[in-house]
Amino acid sequence: MAKPTASPVRTGIVHLALIIYTLIALFPVFLTVINSFKDRASIFRDPLGLPTPSTFSLIGYQTVLGQGDFVLYFQNSFIVTGVSIFFVLLFGAMAAFALSEYRFRGNTLMGLYLALGIMIPIRLGTVAILQGMVAAGLVNTLTALILVYTAQGLPLAVFILTEFMQTVSDDLKNAGRIDGLSEYSIFFRLVLPLVRPAMATVAVFTMIPIWNDLWFPLILAPSDATKTVTLGSQVFIGQFVTNWNAVLAALTLAIVPVLVLYLIFSRQLIRGITSGAVK
Amino acid sequence: MGSLKIENIRKSFGQVDVLKGIDLEVKDGEFVIFVGPSGCGKSTLLRVIAGLEDATSGDILIDGKKVNNTPPAKRGIAMVFQTYALYPHLSVRDNMGLGLKQAGKPAEEIKERIGIASSMLSLDDYLERRPAELSGGQRQRVAIGRAIVREPQLFLFDEPLSNLDAALRVNTRIEIARLHRQLKATMIYVTHDQVEAMTLADKIVVLNKGRIEQVGSPMELYNAPQTVFVAGFIGSPQMNLIDATKLGLSGAKTIGIRPEHIQVSKTSGEWKGAVIHVEHLGADTIIYLQTDFGPLTVRLFGEHRFDVDGVLYATPDAGRIYRFDNEDQVIKDG
Repeated sequence: MAKPTASPVRTGIVHLALIIYTLIALFPVFLTVINSFKDRASIFRDPLGLPTPSTFSLIGYQTVLGQGDFVLYFQNSFIVTGVSIFFVLLFGAMAAFALSEYRFRGNTLMGLYLALGIMIPIRLGTVAILQGMVAAGLVNTLTALILVYTAQGLPLAVFILTEFMQTVSDDLKNAGRIDGLSEYSIFFRLVLPLVRPAMATVAVFTMIPIWNDLWFPLILAPSDATKTVTLGSQVFIGQFVTNWNAVLAALTLAIVPVLVLYLIFSRQLIRGITSGAVK
Repeated sequence: MGSLKIENIRKSFGQVDVLKGIDLEVKDGEFVIFVGPSGCGKSTLLRVIAGLEDATSGDILIDGKKVNNTPPAKRGIAMVFQTYALYPHLSVRDNMGLGLKQAGKPAEEIKERIGIASSMLSLDDYLERRPAELSGGQRQRVAIGRAIVREPQLFLFDEPLSNLDAALRVNTRIEIARLHRQLKATMIYVTHDQVEAMTLADKIVVLNKGRIEQVGSPMELYNAPQTVFVAGFIGSPQMNLIDATKLGLSGAKTIGIRPEHIQVSKTSGEWKGAVIHVEHLGADTIIYLQTDFGPLTVRLFGEHRFDVDGVLYATPDAGRIYRFDNEDQVIKDG
């Protein structure tokens, strides 16, 4: 059903603006992908050209995959991102439930304290974090990264999920209590399914900075066994010579998993919105 | 089976006292309705009885047993909520059976009890549906069914009809009355709608500002209100409450007369007034008069024609006049 006010011209302008924005946003990704399939000379000669039969080359992918370590780097990235998202969602949702559901002294203060991390970037604490990790013997482990990323993701998760959980009807939770559900069952079986769209949002917001992060892997886990994909692809960037084929191929490969995860979460997001949850 | 005793219950949220000492006794099988304006504490009292809120002080006894520290699920109660509060991801059958499953009842018994409840509420065809696929009235029936399945000693209803439209409300009201007769269970019902209160209750508890104003059968409250508040709250249209000094009467602060206990005449009567507005409801005609002592509502049975701005004389039925003292308490005729 079209809205009566939407004239074709107006809709056209809106679509044009959106298309232009999409093109601008996709351009660097597009450039990365097409150049990853070209040989070195044609990357420099014609950076905007599509790969043709004469310029097509898989040398970048061969270098990246031939190095052997890249499978491991991907695995590291997956473990770090996946486990961090899991902990952020679990602890974030639990904290949000406590803040939104229970009246206790210092509730507001606790909420503000937990949200403080949104305003203060975690990188300010890098030195202290590094000292802590050294003292705990966690340097060059994935655990170090998971701990840091969980801490980094929690503030926003708590903030968003608290707001969402306040919209879950009190009557529903009380009905659960009268039916004999424990507070844990109410949380896991009644509240979590209802805030699934919010969980998907938080998962996306948490995932992307972790996957793309270069800072903490470089500082806390630069060893060969613990490198993430982003850090791993840096080996091809030298001070004097950069293996552009390999860099672009590594970046292209790094886009794929994040794209897949995003599609999974965004489908959850849409399904959550359209499932017609009863208020 | 299901008696309830409330002794000096107080409840405060921080500085705000919501319940200021409630004493009440409900006998087994009674249908008791808490009624009052919004913010009077009626829902809070229901939640305290259910165990969803802890009272600040005082005792609650269900069946003679003190339940102050008993969790809601172990109190032998079931509750129906205003917003239905059905579990959106469970089918109607699972919604009704969840409480029993949690209590560890055998599957056979659960199935049997769901069967009884669903046939009682004609929900048999909907057992496998999700709440989202049901209409408002059906959802409320499922919520009631969920309560019945638990076979509680005490049913608690928290404004169960206020989300339904007018026609459905009447039907569901009749259904609840029928259920009460059928189950012979004790029911406590919260509403702000005095029609629901008058039609369903064995006993009405009128609450105002965290205190009980009066407890009595619907007709007791209608015929013998103890306070100005009850007099004004029960009955529709509202009782006329007139400042006694303006009428030149002494010995009372306020005079109360119900709109239906006033006769009108075009020629003569006790009070003279101008007609401001007339409402024709078919069975009733409601006339709003402006008199020397303020507005006056008159309710006549049947259809009557009066001109707006015309003059009418009103005469109250002498035996139906209520007098209230300075503390807003009724003055008993000596």
